[in-house]
Amino acid sequence: MKEIKSALLMLILFTVICGGIYPAVVTGLAHVIFPRQTRGSFVTDTAGKVVGSALIGQPFSEPKYLWPRPSATTDFGYNPLASGGSNAGPTNPAYLKTVDERLQGLRTAGVTGPVAADLVQASASGLDPHISPQAASHQVGRIALERGLSEETVTHVIAAHTEDRQFGFIGAPRVNVLAINLELNTIKP
Amino acid sequence: MMNTYDWQQTLFFFAVLLLLVKPVGTFMAKVYQGERTFLSPFLGPCENLLYRICGVNKDEEMGWQRYAGSMLLFNLMGFAALFAILLLQHLLPLNPQGLQAFSWQLALNTAISFITNTNWQAYSGETAASYFTQMAGITVHNFVSAATGMAIVIALIRGFTRRKTSLIGNFWVDMSRGTLYILLPLALVAALVLVSQGVIQNFSPYRTVPLVQATSYDKAQLDVTGKPRLDVTGKPLTDKIIVNEVSVPMGPVASQEAIKELGTNGGGFFNANSAHPYENPTPLSHLLEILLILLIPAGLTYTFGIMVGNTRQGWTLLAVMLLLFVVSFVVLQWAETSGTPQLTQLGIMGGNMEGKEVRFGLAGTSLFEVATTGTSCGAVAAMHDSLTPIGGLVPLSLILLGEIVFGGVGSGLYTMLAFAIIAVFVSGLMIGRTPEYLGKKIEVREMWVSIITILSAGIVVLILSGIAMITPSAVSSMANPGAHGLSEALYAFASMANNNGSAFAGLNANVNFYNILGSLAMLIGRYVPAVAILAMAGSLAGKKYVPPSLGTLPTDKAPFALWLTLVILIVGALTFFPALALGPIVEHLTMLGGN
Repeated sequence: MKEIKSALLMLILFTVICGGIYPAVVTGLAHVIFPRQTRGSFVTDTAGKVVGSALIGQPFSEPKYLWPRPSATTDFGYNPLASGGSNAGPTNPAYLKTVDERLQGLRTAGVTGPVAADLVQASASGLDPHISPQAASHQVGRIALERGLSEETVTHVIAAHTEDRQFGFIGAPRVNVLAINLELNTIKP
Repeated sequence: MMNTYDWQQTLFFFAVLLLLVKPVGTFMAKVYQGERTFLSPFLGPCENLLYRICGVNKDEEMGWQRYAGSMLLFNLMGFAALFAILLLQHLLPLNPQGLQAFSWQLALNTAISFITNTNWQAYSGETAASYFTQMAGITVHNFVSAATGMAIVIALIRGFTRRKTSLIGNFWVDMSRGTLYILLPLALVAALVLVSQGVIQNFSPYRTVPLVQATSYDKAQLDVTGKPRLDVTGKPLTDKIIVNEVSVPMGPVASQEAIKELGTNGGGFFNANSAHPYENPTPLSHLLEILLILLIPAGLTYTFGIMVGNTRQGWTLLAVMLLLFVVSFVVLQWAETSGTPQLTQLGIMGGNMEGKEVRFGLAGTSLFEVATTGTSCGAVAAMHDSLTPIGGLVPLSLILLGEIVFGGVGSGLYTMLAFAIIAVFVSGLMIGRTPEYLGKKIEVREMWVSIITILSAGIVVLILSGIAMITPSAVSSMANPGAHGLSEALYAFASMANNNGSAFAGLNANVNFYNILGSLAMLIGRYVPAVAILAMAGSLAGKKYVPPSLGTLPTDKAPFALWLTLVILIVGALTFFPALALGPIVEHLTMLGGN
């Protein structure tokens, strides 16, 4: 009986400590020290209106935009309410057909030579905000043509939003798709 | 396979981990032995107040039966509380999205999943769990289920060190100290570092964000009974839906993310788990999360060494873990950078990126997936279902070996110690002497416990996967055809019975078959070994000390490490090779054959 009382009180107290006080303390400190990150790393335009998050990818399919990775989220690609991958097995025939179709789509859009895997294979989160620098370079010619910009300008914009490995050796180099498309729109819509 | 940067990152990671083993291990030994630490001035009074309120006498030790009873009672009450929270979610506060209650089957599975440190999730966090559920339910159990595992291994270590006593410690004290002194401070610091990288931490409603370019999709029309409406030719009727804005989920993510990794829990705040940019936004957050997963399991080997009075005993076990880790990492990294011939011949370069994120890189991704399945964590930064066949074999094998490659907090080390006892016993048979480990005679009771600890999960996995293969509802849940489908079901029961929680997630697990049989697998996989280990702690504590003689096998030297590795691999291969041959290995061969 004494043990039951101890167990119950322990559970209640640890619920208060770990489920109440701890998250509240983290929230309080985080809001003071890292206000932008805490709220979701949202990006605003010059008028202060939120146009997206630096961390959450958006779907782009028009030729004038830099295209992101394929996304397997339900209903539509880059649906933030349905994060997740395709979970397609590597030898699943339906999946291999889908990848081939994406590849043919890129070929039609003028991509020649070997293609970066991340541009034809869906991400784990379905919200990957990045593509590899190779995947971006495949698209420079098309974007320049569609927007009537020089390839140098497009390459320059991409380079400005390319992040190197963190501290020079952690992770992989990556290109933020939303940031580039927002900047391209300000240069020439 | 690995470029210079990948090597630098991998070596840097191991250097940091190994440098932390001694300080963290020493600190944990002090905490569990009741010595003063730098946190005592602040936490000591809190700890004493906690005991006073709960009516716990911290100087009163328990025999193994009472220790196990307290542990089970505490877990049972935790289950009841979490089950109730999930069923009553719609009535509770902090639910800005107005999310509905869980079905009882899903609530049963989820509550058992979190009390057993499994964190198998047959639901998607962003559309199913309110902030209250995530904090007062899930985060709490991320702490206390981890502290429970740590308490059990500490009790076992006391069994080795004590002589002729029936007492192995006080469960309430061990569980409270683990949570207050070890888990909470580390989680607090880690959570803030994660926020600095972009992990969110707020209680806001989901945020509506306009899309730069609108998108659209075809939504199936449903009739009044909820079935799709068909046109005259039998094709489903659809409406074109234009999407101009999306809803971005929010929540107190960082506080949960930190303890989710540190306690080797692994339950994601969001469906995509640690692949979600709000859970794991940068390469640095990624490396930190891997470090958090391995920190306590690695440190506990040193704690063990200190408590048994010979730190080389701990380093020997750590060496075995490290060896298995490195081999697993190399195989996974090789498989994923090689990709599949089907895509390579189309002109696709860069390895297998399906179900992976660009920012982590392939080497970083492989490191995470080995860490999460070598322990009982089960958080994922890549979708295991989409790994290449041999790539997928690696996490599956690590889980089936019993999660001893660093292992779950507490559970990994006690499973490893069970393997060590078997290794000592088998070598004892070969040289014809009475086996001893750490000065204690290994007898029938210890052998029974070790075998139960090692085989109970495996037996459950094989029986339940077998049943799945002949159950239509279980088969129709598979997302991929052929051998890969078998891998999905095998992985599901391996993950649940070994309290991992990761998945070949194409499998639709939210059906009664997996919810209910999976709950059974999680309960057996957690509590049968836990109680058996506590029984062994009691029996070991009662034995007298046998000083090492010429015939004693030294268990703190390299030959024992190699022998232990072999025993682990032989037990694993004998138990699981047939099942693995039918799943990933067949798939690998058909892939090479071009089918």
